[in-house]
Amino acid sequence: MKILVCISKTPDTTAKIAFTDNNTKFAEAGVQWIINPYDEWYALVRAIELKEKDPSVVIHLITVGTADVEPIIRKALALGGDEAFRVNASSHDSFFISSQIAEIAKQGNYDLIFTGKETIDYNSSSVGGMVAELLDLPYISLATKFELNGATATVTREIEGGEEVVEASLPLVVSCQKGMAEQRIPNMKGIMGARTKPLKVSDPVNAEAPTSIISFETPPPKAGVKLIPADNPAELIRLLREEAKVI
Amino acid sequence: MPVLIFLDQSDNTIKKTTPEVITYGAKLAAQLGITAEGILLGTVSSDIAALGKYGVTKIHHVNDEKLNHPDGQVYTQIIAQAVDAIGAKVIVFSNNLHGKAIAPRLAAKLKAGLVSGAVALPDMSNGFVVKKTVFSGKAFANISVNTGIKIISVNPNAFQAEASGGAAEVVPFNATINAAKTKVVSVNKIKGEIPLSEAERVVSAGRGLKGPENWKMIEELASVLHAATACSRAVADAGWRPHHEHVGQTGLAIAPNLYMAIAISGAIQHLAGVNRSKVIVVINKDPEAPFFKAADYGIVGDAFEVVPKLIEAAKAL
Ligand SMILES: Cc1cc2nc3c(=O)[nH]c(=O)nc-3n(C[C@H](O)[C@H](O)[C@H](O)COP(=O)(O)OP(=O)(O)OC[C@H]3O[C@@H](n4cnc5c(N)ncnc54)[C@H](O)[C@@H]3O)c2cc1C
Repeated sequence: MKILVCISKTPDTTAKIAFTDNNTKFAEAGVQWIINPYDEWYALVRAIELKEKDPSVVIHLITVGTADVEPIIRKALALGGDEAFRVNASSHDSFFISSQIAEIAKQGNYDLIFTGKETIDYNSSSVGGMVAELLDLPYISLATKFELNGATATVTREIEGGEEVVEASLPLVVSCQKGMAEQRIPNMKGIMGARTKPLKVSDPVNAEAPTSIISFETPPPKAGVKLIPADNPAELIRLLREEAKVI
Repeated sequence: MPVLIFLDQSDNTIKKTTPEVITYGAKLAAQLGITAEGILLGTVSSDIAALGKYGVTKIHHVNDEKLNHPDGQVYTQIIAQAVDAIGAKVIVFSNNLHGKAIAPRLAAKLKAGLVSGAVALPDMSNGFVVKKTVFSGKAFANISVNTGIKIISVNPNAFQAEASGGAAEVVPFNATINAAKTKVVSVNKIKGEIPLSEAERVVSAGRGLKGPENWKMIEELASVLHAATACSRAVADAGWRPHHEHVGQTGLAIAPNLYMAIAISGAIQHLAGVNRSKVIVVINKDPEAPFFKAADYGIVGDAFEVVPKLIEAAKAL
């Protein structure tokens, strides 16, 4: 059993979101980088759990990024991957990134490909679906539980107002969110071991980027809070109806 | 060369986000000087033609109950056939759960540029540029789509549905339908609950409520306001509320018309998932709680005293 886990680098959740170069670039100065939480907490940890149950499982990690993502991929290896791939390219277009992942996936014959639900920076929620289409595989999005029984996966996913359980045969692409697994902290043995795990760097395959970022904007600041005295909550209800017109 | 709008349904019912995306698609078609048409897969119990009032002139319907449960792969194949048959230039989805499962696949299949999470109509003064949310609602990016065929998935509740036109013409669409490789074995819908992602009003509560037993008043307030309930991550992690109620940067991102945050501190990761709400109300006993900086209305007070009074006042409306 071979699992490929897609790993992305994102700014820390507390990072200040600002832009430079006439609002065309994210201001990276002073920003702490982390593994995209959905990739780490849910996709990677669930893969590790599957390996703990069945030691014959092999976990490969893939990231598309320039050399500065290496600390992130080493951290992911410290949590538990066996080896990693880095496609040496920088892009914010989901199709370009998916084309690179699909290429590596074709060479590795994976039974399972896990992604996070979305990245917390570009929020596109697209890579899983695109990789699945490029490989002509089924894709189960926004999974909250994943169980394996031989070559059949039983996956619980979120639907509007509830959840549903879906069955599919491997190979399969799954995007992972809360519920799949619990966040873990890498231990010393993992951190030491990660230094010597293979990290293979390759050049990107040719793929066009159908979209490009023109500029960024930050939302206008709020006008300020209107405080209502605690002994008169009825006034709040009146304002919500008559002024804000939301109830 | 029309705009093609994916008309989302589940349980034989048209989804609440569908009129929103039709309105978006119809305005976009008007900008381009072309028509807006819809594609609907599966059987639906309501009057489909009536969706014309939001601006679609024609609806291509694959009226087959095998399609009542969307399989991303099968749906993609059928929509691609329709795009081909009618020569659609732009395809519009809701960026809801079905949209997230289908739009990226279709984009890869058609080699079409995709903007997911759009919040405005394209700016065509210089190419085709669509504004979307990034950094979990903390910013927007303007994305240029450079391909002939373009796909846009519109954030739920970012665009108001507007009814104006008449009925649409409904035409059957003959598609090749392949067997699905995924099988739905069970569906568990929480009866009577308003789905959080579609809710116009949300009442949310945090760790300040001290324990799950204190959620009765939150549920009651939500019920009188016709609101869905949500919670902070601290609350979902503690197991006081189910995971699907967790909103924020690592939970669900929502943008309702009203978001009422009760005993939630307003940590940056929480705000990231709710700051696009149109009106934010904060109830917190700590006047220094960071949430007040992001709020439109606030009450500094003890939730256990304020919420019962709010319920009374809302009932009296
Ligand atoms: C990587 C990362 C991702 C995260 N993602 C998310 C996310 O997606 N969503 C999220 O919510 N959090 C997220 N968090 C956690 C976040 O940082 C906060 O810890 C969390 O939101 C706190 O929840 P809370 O406001 O309910 O609890 P607390 O911070 O404990 O705040 C409780 C509040 O209740 C008030 N209070 C107490 N008693 C009363 C009373 N009787 N009446 C009125 N008010 C009262 C207090 O004044 C306080 O402001 C994330 C954190 C990290 C590090």
